[in-house]
Amino acid sequence: MSGFQHSTYTPKTGLGRWFDQRMPLPRLVYDSFVAYPVPRNLNYAYTFGGILSMMLAIQILTGIVLAMHYAANSGLAFDSVEHIMRDVNFGWLLRYAHSNGASFFFIAVYVHMFRGLYYGSYKAPRELLWILGCIIYLLMMATAFMGYVLPWGQMSFWGATVITGFFSAIPLVGDWIQQLLIGGFAVGDPTLNRFFSLHYLLPFMIAGVVVLHIWALHVAGQTNPTGVDVKTKGDTVPFSPHATMKDAFAMVAFLFFFAYVIFYIPDYLGHADNYVQANPLKTPSEIVPEWYFLPFYAMLRAITFNVGPINSKLGGVLVMFGSIALLFLVPWLDTSKVRSAVYRPWYKLFFWIFIADVVMLGWLGSKPPQGVYPTLALIGAIFYYAFFLIIMPVLGLIETPRKLPNSITEAVLQKKAGGTLAPAGATAAPETRS
Amino acid sequence: MSAEAIEPNRRDFLYIATGMAGVVGAASVAWPFIDQMQPDASTLALASVEVDVSSVTPGMSLIVKWRGKPVVVRNRTPKEIQEAEAVKLSELKDPIARNDNLPSDAPATDANRTVKGQEAWLVMVQVCTHLGCIPLGQQGEFGGWFCPCHGSQYDTAGRIRKGPAPENMAIPKYEFKSKTSVTIG
Repeated sequence: MSGFQHSTYTPKTGLGRWFDQRMPLPRLVYDSFVAYPVPRNLNYAYTFGGILSMMLAIQILTGIVLAMHYAANSGLAFDSVEHIMRDVNFGWLLRYAHSNGASFFFIAVYVHMFRGLYYGSYKAPRELLWILGCIIYLLMMATAFMGYVLPWGQMSFWGATVITGFFSAIPLVGDWIQQLLIGGFAVGDPTLNRFFSLHYLLPFMIAGVVVLHIWALHVAGQTNPTGVDVKTKGDTVPFSPHATMKDAFAMVAFLFFFAYVIFYIPDYLGHADNYVQANPLKTPSEIVPEWYFLPFYAMLRAITFNVGPINSKLGGVLVMFGSIALLFLVPWLDTSKVRSAVYRPWYKLFFWIFIADVVMLGWLGSKPPQGVYPTLALIGAIFYYAFFLIIMPVLGLIETPRKLPNSITEAVLQKKAGGTLAPAGATAAPETRS
Repeated sequence: MSAEAIEPNRRDFLYIATGMAGVVGAASVAWPFIDQMQPDASTLALASVEVDVSSVTPGMSLIVKWRGKPVVVRNRTPKEIQEAEAVKLSELKDPIARNDNLPSDAPATDANRTVKGQEAWLVMVQVCTHLGCIPLGQQGEFGGWFCPCHGSQYDTAGRIRKGPAPENMAIPKYEFKSKTSVTIG
């Protein structure tokens, strides 16, 4: 794909030419977001990159204004959040938009990631693009975790205790690292202060990696549901108005759901215990992280036994971090030459089982760690690992894929012909020859 | 002018000197940035706590805050002590006493979880050895402590019996100054 190789930008005004010779920013924008060719068959699963950019902007914007009213001090934090909710003009709206914004950010990122797994978006030459995405996901998790500590409620405090406790599992230096993170022997005022500082910093680091992510995307070009490379100009349409309009429509639809949650069920995704001020002497009867961490939490709790020299605590932490580390290796674990699951019947089946497994782990993460639940979580964790380490490499070698279309255009026309209009090929024809 | 004749030349010297200053400088500037994260002087200022336990009858517990963490002082019932004594060492997940008043390799018998002469009293940092939650007392399958976070279960001597926690809960240094007063730390 030759996105940047032939710039078609021609400045029309004198000012445009003056700018173009000194700093060609308008050219960059034109080539990246106006003339940039995108595959003509992108579906709505491909609009979540745009939605994610929008959510990052919403989070940064609401976060900056919330920080104007928030006090990062363990004696004041809880009350200052209530102050935002009750006294600050539209404070309730800004805070609910920010706290639910985190959830909707993760909804969008999970759709985006599953889209990538389904259509094989991580395969050559897009490995770096995928890895940059994984880095963004890690940064998002760190940001969300530290943000959740700031209201200084019971869940904030005990969530911080448990998550920084992960690091104490590291042999020899674990306790030292944990104390370095929380600045004391237990979570307290120093912890809150540094988390606030980092929570403010990390979104800008995310924005930086997003720029690299989009850069890498625009070098390799977008994948598409067929997984077949773009071959002719007829396989693509210009970014504007086609992709801009589709992305904008998807953003509006997404914002409808977002607004519904903010205005009607703003605490639905939260936890009642976080409206109780942090108490270092009392752990709530049940500690549950935010929903977007539940599958990993379930895997952490699934390891209740020692394996050789690795005790259950270190084992659980390794399994949990390993489940995310696996994502970085996906481009090399999948051995299939066919990108899209559309043409891989067995991969498609296992993909949906994998989705069901992750949803089940999420559900188990919200259940108390007793009875049959840890056993089910262990089974779920084993399948999660098997999907990446066994199913992905082996399927690529033994699976017989379905016949791939010769081009994106051919796939589009076939789909149209199979529809209700028999001579649809004729109506589509003018589009193919541009 | 041949190059070999004047090796190492002035440029080599500047190259190595600048490189070394850069590495050593970066390391020495990095350390204050890391070290400031560590517990500060006010956090490190430790104190021992003296607790009056005269009102604590068998079956009752008292929780005091020590170094920012809760320490439970429990006057155990005879039934609880019997249950703890009946457990064989081979049944324990962590066979070490974790008692700061004893050598570090002492076996986790019930008596070794207490101090001599005051075996009914269990004085223990009530923090789960898994990820630092506060377990709930007198709950769980073993009648000891149950951690609500990840389901670790401790017996009536605070020893880990089931779940992801790796160690028995820690016994701090403590001393009974009299029958009714215990000093922790």
